[in-house]
Amino acid sequence: METENITLDHRMIYSIVAPGSRVLDLGCGEGELLYPLVRDKQVRAQGIELDDKAIQGCVKKGLSVFHDDIENSLREFPDHSFDYVILNQSMQEVKKVDDVIHEALRIGHQVVVGFPNFAYIKSRFMLFFRGKAPVTGSLPHLWFDTPNVRFLSITDFKRFCKEKNIRIVEAHYLGEKEEIRFWPNLLASNAIFVLTRKRQ
Amino acid sequence: MINMKKTKQEKINNSVGIVETQYFTFAEPGNEFKFESGDALGPITLAYETYGRLNPDKSNAILVLHALSGDAHAAGVRGEQDDAGWWDDMIGPGKAFDTKRYFIICSNVIGGCKGSTGPSSVNPETGKPYALDFPFITVADMVHAQRRLIDHFGIDKLLCVAGGSMGGMQALQWAASYPDRVKSAIPIATTLKHSPQQIAFNEVIRQSIMADPAWRDGNYYGHGQPEKGLSVARMIGHITFMSDQSMEEKFSRRLKNDTFSFGFEADFEVEGYLRYRGANFVKRFDANSYLYITKAIDYFDLSGGRLIPHGRDIDTRFLIISFKSDWLYPSYQQQEIVRALKRRRVDATYCELTSAYGHDAFLIEAEEQTTLIKHFLDKTFNGYLVADRHGN
Repeated sequence: METENITLDHRMIYSIVAPGSRVLDLGCGEGELLYPLVRDKQVRAQGIELDDKAIQGCVKKGLSVFHDDIENSLREFPDHSFDYVILNQSMQEVKKVDDVIHEALRIGHQVVVGFPNFAYIKSRFMLFFRGKAPVTGSLPHLWFDTPNVRFLSITDFKRFCKEKNIRIVEAHYLGEKEEIRFWPNLLASNAIFVLTRKRQ
Repeated sequence: MINMKKTKQEKINNSVGIVETQYFTFAEPGNEFKFESGDALGPITLAYETYGRLNPDKSNAILVLHALSGDAHAAGVRGEQDDAGWWDDMIGPGKAFDTKRYFIICSNVIGGCKGSTGPSSVNPETGKPYALDFPFITVADMVHAQRRLIDHFGIDKLLCVAGGSMGGMQALQWAASYPDRVKSAIPIATTLKHSPQQIAFNEVIRQSIMADPAWRDGNYYGHGQPEKGLSVARMIGHITFMSDQSMEEKFSRRLKNDTFSFGFEADFEVEGYLRYRGANFVKRFDANSYLYITKAIDYFDLSGGRLIPHGRDIDTRFLIISFKSDWLYPSYQQQEIVRALKRRRVDATYCELTSAYGHDAFLIEAEEQTTLIKHFLDKTFNGYLVADRHGN
């Protein structure tokens, strides 16, 4: 994969997805993540996207995409339709997070969730010392025009998985330039989790 | 309209040029065409046109399917005085259906009146038009007849079947009846089944034709069309093809003359427009064909798992397009198609395009449809690698 201009989270997810697998990307944008997967890893890809301009971008890349919002789009898919359901940088915009993750785990063997960490040190600084709602690289919007409706930390998400009986298969913590090994809830600006359903 | 933005020279440059309608006859006596109703009839003629060139392995053929009042003349002109075909903005060199790369076929439906066998055709046994002796038709009958034409070309698998409105129903029926013979389908502004509202409009349309005494129980041939009834029928149709917004933009409450007539003249421009459209339609479309075809689309129903019969996998790819302001075939009906495909894990793309033109949008909004269709066909024809070479 050409690594220039490709964000760290996309690179990480690209390496997670196995060649030849079936992938559903929720909130796929113009297919920036799906396209290299299809091209290099022969993935069978399906996107879901609400923005019609972005859909034209996907179709230009030869990607299959449904014009729909994430929350309404999952019900009709049969169980285990996909090897991976990706929910990258879009979970924080979803109102019924619990339902979406539950449905994603039903239709996918694994669910890849990527989100900005609200407890990142820069966010904490802004809130603590400057008394302002955090605006950072991974949370770039001002309070009045942010599409985000959910603000969570890595610790919050781990706790959520535990309570909901969701198994975390892999966890990757990303700084602005590289992977973070220590104190991720403080030092990581983004997190990527690979989830699966716990066996009954 | 996209059309109007182009200069005349540009339009000529992008056109397929002079075309000729051709005819294919099959189902000779003894081997009659069997209709879904159980009736049989032959011979059957289909009028068709083709654009572009069929490649040696016959893998680049696209069947374009027309709507209720359409015909085989989808692109180009048939002579100096002729109007361009009904999808001329979409079919031609470099257009959505690129005639430099693909071989496009369009045929008039069975039951129609534009060169294909229908109620106005002469029954060879009686020497008179069939009129209501013509068998009732269904969308499946239209598709089965087209299949004979595709066989005639020796085409094993169509690259794509595409059309809007009733054309979209035929595209869906092709995928349902002959999944092994269509690589992809593009149903636009269409549905798996008519809602009661759509059936109701068609019933009013039929009643207005049949209520005209000039209809003579369908035996008006030799006496002239039931003009009043047929033109009112078409006026109803035109109202449903537009949107509140497009009518406001096109007519507002503008008057034809400066003052009210205080009579039942056409005072408003919108009245004049509907009357003009109605009167024009009478000259070009057979009333009985309108009755038969509206009934066929009311009968059409591929809901409840009939689009892809159970126990069968299909590898047909789909591109489904809807338009926000289309209230005759609202987006929820296209989303219903998408849901049926999701349930069967079929590779599909769905896009709702923003347009103010209502149901007419599929004939008018060339630009965004072109982007979607062009790249979808490219992927279907060439796979990913070539799409990449074309530079994204």
